[in-house]
Amino acid sequence: MWTWFHKLASPPHFYRMAGLLRPWFFWPAVILTVIGTYGGLVLAPPDYQMGDGFRIIYVHVPSAYLSTTIYGLMAVAAAVGLIWRIKLAHAVAASAAPIGASFTALALGTGMLWGKPMWGAYWAWDPRLTSELILLFIYFGYMSLRASFEDVNKADRASAVLAIVGVINLPIIHYSVIWWSSLHQGPSIKKLDAPSITGDMLWPLLIMILAFTLFFAAILLYRVKAEVLDREQNSRWVRDLVSGEV
Amino acid sequence: MADFLAMGGYAEFVWSSFGLTAIVMVFNVIAARRRLRVSLERISTRVAHQVRTAPLQQANGKEAIES
Repeated sequence: MWTWFHKLASPPHFYRMAGLLRPWFFWPAVILTVIGTYGGLVLAPPDYQMGDGFRIIYVHVPSAYLSTTIYGLMAVAAAVGLIWRIKLAHAVAASAAPIGASFTALALGTGMLWGKPMWGAYWAWDPRLTSELILLFIYFGYMSLRASFEDVNKADRASAVLAIVGVINLPIIHYSVIWWSSLHQGPSIKKLDAPSITGDMLWPLLIMILAFTLFFAAILLYRVKAEVLDREQNSRWVRDLVSGEV
Repeated sequence: MADFLAMGGYAEFVWSSFGLTAIVMVFNVIAARRRLRVSLERISTRVAHQVRTAPLQQANGKEAIES
C-alpha cells in the first residue's frame, strides 16, 4: 500500500498517469454534459412557479457546487503540502485555483441571470451572493500571491497559508441561507432528506453535477502536469522528456 | 421549435446562462493546454541552451562553476 502510494506520488509516474487518465474523465464529462443538457432543457417539465426560467439551475447548481468543492480540495491539498512537504500536493492546490475561480465566476454569472427575472435585480448585497463573491476574491488573492513569488517553493508555502485561512468562508457560504434571511432559496437536494424536487427535474441535475465534476478532474490533471514540470525542471526525467520533444 | 427557443419568455436568461457555461468550459480547456505548452517550451529552451553552453563551461572549468 505504501509502496504503491509512493510510486503514485513520484513525479514522473504521476505525470505519465495524469496523461493516461485524462481522457477517461474528459470524454465521459462531455457525453454526460450533452445528456444532462438535453434532459434539463427538453425532458424536464417547466416549474409550476418559475416556468422555463428554472432551467438555469442545470448550470448554476453544478458550478456553485464546484466553486466550494474545488476550494475545499485546494485547501486540503495545500495543508497536506505544508505539513508533509509533498510537492505534488502543492502542485494540485496551485492547479485547482484557476479552475475554481472560473466556476465561481460562472456560479455568480448564472446566479445574476437567475436573479433578474426571479427577484427583479441582477445583483443584491445578499449574504449568499456576497459570500460567494468573497470566495472569488479569495481565489484571485491566492493566484496573485503565487504570481508574486519568483521561487515556486516560497509561493507554495505562502499561498498554502492563505488557502487554509480562506476555508472560514466555506461554512459562511453554506449556511448563509439559513443564518440570515436571504433572497436565495434553501437547498433543493438534502443529504439526509428526500429531495424537494421531482424526479424528472432531479436526474438531469445530478447528471450535470457529475459531468461538471469529471470535467474539473480532467482539467485539473492537465494543469497538474504543467505544475509538476515546473517543479521538476532540473531533474533527469524532465530533461529527457523535453529533449525527446525538441 | 420556436416554442422551445422562447423558453416560456425566459429565453435571454436561459440561453445566456448556457452560453456563459459553454464559454467557461472552452476557456478552461484552452487555458490548461496553453499552460502546459508554455511550460514545455520554456523548459526545452532552457535545456537546449544548457546543452549548447555545456562544452564552454567545461573549458572554463572553475569560473563557470563559481558564476
